Amino acid sequence: MGTVTVENLKKSFGKVQAIAGISFETVAGEIFGIIGADGAGKSTLLQILVTLLTPSGGSGTILGYDIFKDYRKIRTLVGYMPERFSLYPDLTVEENLQFFTKLFNVRQSSEDLSLNTFARQLIPFKNRRAGKLSGGMKQKLALSCALVHNPQLLILDEPTRGVDPISRTEFWQKLISLRDSGKTIIVTTSYMDEANLCDRIAFCDQGRFLLTDSPQSIINKEKEPIYAIRGSNMFRLLQTVRQWERTKACYTFGDTLHLRIDKGYSTDELLHFLKNSGCPDVSIQAIKANIEDCFMQLVNNPEKAETTIN
Amino acid sequence: MENIIEVHELTKQFGKFTAVNHISFAVRKGEIFGFLGANGAGKTTAMRMLCGLSHPTSGNGQVAGYDINRQPELIKKHIGYMSQKFSLYDDLTITENIRLFAGIYGMKSVEIKEKSTALLTKLEIEKHRNTLVGALPLGWKQKLAFSVAVFHRPKVVFLDEPTGGVDPATRRQFWEMIYEAAEEGITIFVTTHYMDEAEYCNRVSIMVDGEIKALDTPAQLKETYNAPSMDGVFRALAKTAKRGE
Repeated sequence: MGTVTVENLKKSFGKVQAIAGISFETVAGEIFGIIGADGAGKSTLLQILVTLLTPSGGSGTILGYDIFKDYRKIRTLVGYMPERFSLYPDLTVEENLQFFTKLFNVRQSSEDLSLNTFARQLIPFKNRRAGKLSGGMKQKLALSCALVHNPQLLILDEPTRGVDPISRTEFWQKLISLRDSGKTIIVTTSYMDEANLCDRIAFCDQGRFLLTDSPQSIINKEKEPIYAIRGSNMFRLLQTVRQWERTKACYTFGDTLHLRIDKGYSTDELLHFLKNSGCPDVSIQAIKANIEDCFMQLVNNPEKAETTIN
Repeated sequence: MENIIEVHELTKQFGKFTAVNHISFAVRKGEIFGFLGANGAGKTTAMRMLCGLSHPTSGNGQVAGYDINRQPELIKKHIGYMSQKFSLYDDLTITENIRLFAGIYGMKSVEIKEKSTALLTKLEIEKHRNTLVGALPLGWKQKLAFSVAVFHRPKVVFLDEPTGGVDPATRRQFWEMIYEAAEEGITIFVTTHYMDEAEYCNRVSIMVDGEIKALDTPAQLKETYNAPSMDGVFRALAKTAKRGE
């Protein structure tokens, strides 16, 4: 049996169906990422998994316990980081850790605790109030508090929101080492570089999983060519490329634009079009799709995923 | 070229701690200026001084033509501001939010009415004009928040991590709104932790330990730091940080 097994999970708020039938299973020792647009149902799903919300329909077990009947038990076994900062801002770093330790009936000194978590980084700040920590440090403390009872399953809702690139790297190194020690991690993220680090990702859209697979398989399934366009005045270039009748999709991508075009047409025609439209000195290069290109494709054409649904 | 922000040796101390340490820089009219730095580098403190919300310990400067030390109230009136944490009131409707903020900035009722209709049409949310903002999807909220921040046509708009937690597709739509506003002549001052967004800026500064350690176009910064992307530039600079978060 999986760490988490859910079958046809549903949740409605009045007339709004937030979760419209989600089924999936996670195995021990994997990082399972959930990505999707805002309002796709990601947070609601996680709140059901940690038993903060009761589903309107469907069934599921968490570490072998029933999400309807055994919610008390489940709450003692799962580590959860909600979307919003969940600690007590007017308690210090150390007090927060002690509070969660007591809450979960753990016999451990705070020294052991911090050694188990982000030891070196948190110790110098142990007397600082949690509310006064910077974004990256707050999230490290929140993860440490979610880990006090050594849970086998971690459920993290956008844990790296507002965190700078260096702290994000450190945070994910920690997640990977937790995974390697056998823990299962379910995590939502809006950073595609983090999606790439997951063992499997589910793409959530309107309360459904459209696609569940490893990042590499998702990328490998992408057969359509993608082109990177470089030029000056990128915004103007973007608008002009979108006017070409063979452009299927064009969007910004760092210092380039990424482009998909109708089958059977070549980018030479686009270059010609651009030249006539007042955008000379443009270079176009065929590239391999990455996970973000796949995301953009799914968001704009959710029906495309149906063929690869598992 | 005209500068819309110009500061000299701007410093903010909290007790013995120097949050912002003698920063000097200028932002040109109409540019998209990216203000980067690790958590705790001093970005928010610097930004609060620029917005007239915090008094500098020393140094001086001008924002939108007003003096940071002497005219903070006038600065507040002539800029736009949006952050990820606070932008709109969830328990007011879309129209009520627009009216409230436009009123605060001193716009006339007639003008507010006319421009609201135009804005709602442009955002394709006329049908939802009486919906509470709290009930809107985050992506919509953010687009609306940005539109409200530039509704009174400020010379410069400050965006504090406007796209935190936003998915890649919605972030791109948001940035297209930023480009559009910039084309219309509004100067954009933006902080972000998404390094692909740093590439979208005309110029970028990177703060480390309260100081501005680099300021240039993304292309020039990548060349200087011999990095393939802005992510590489950021890491090269931020890892030199000595003070903790």
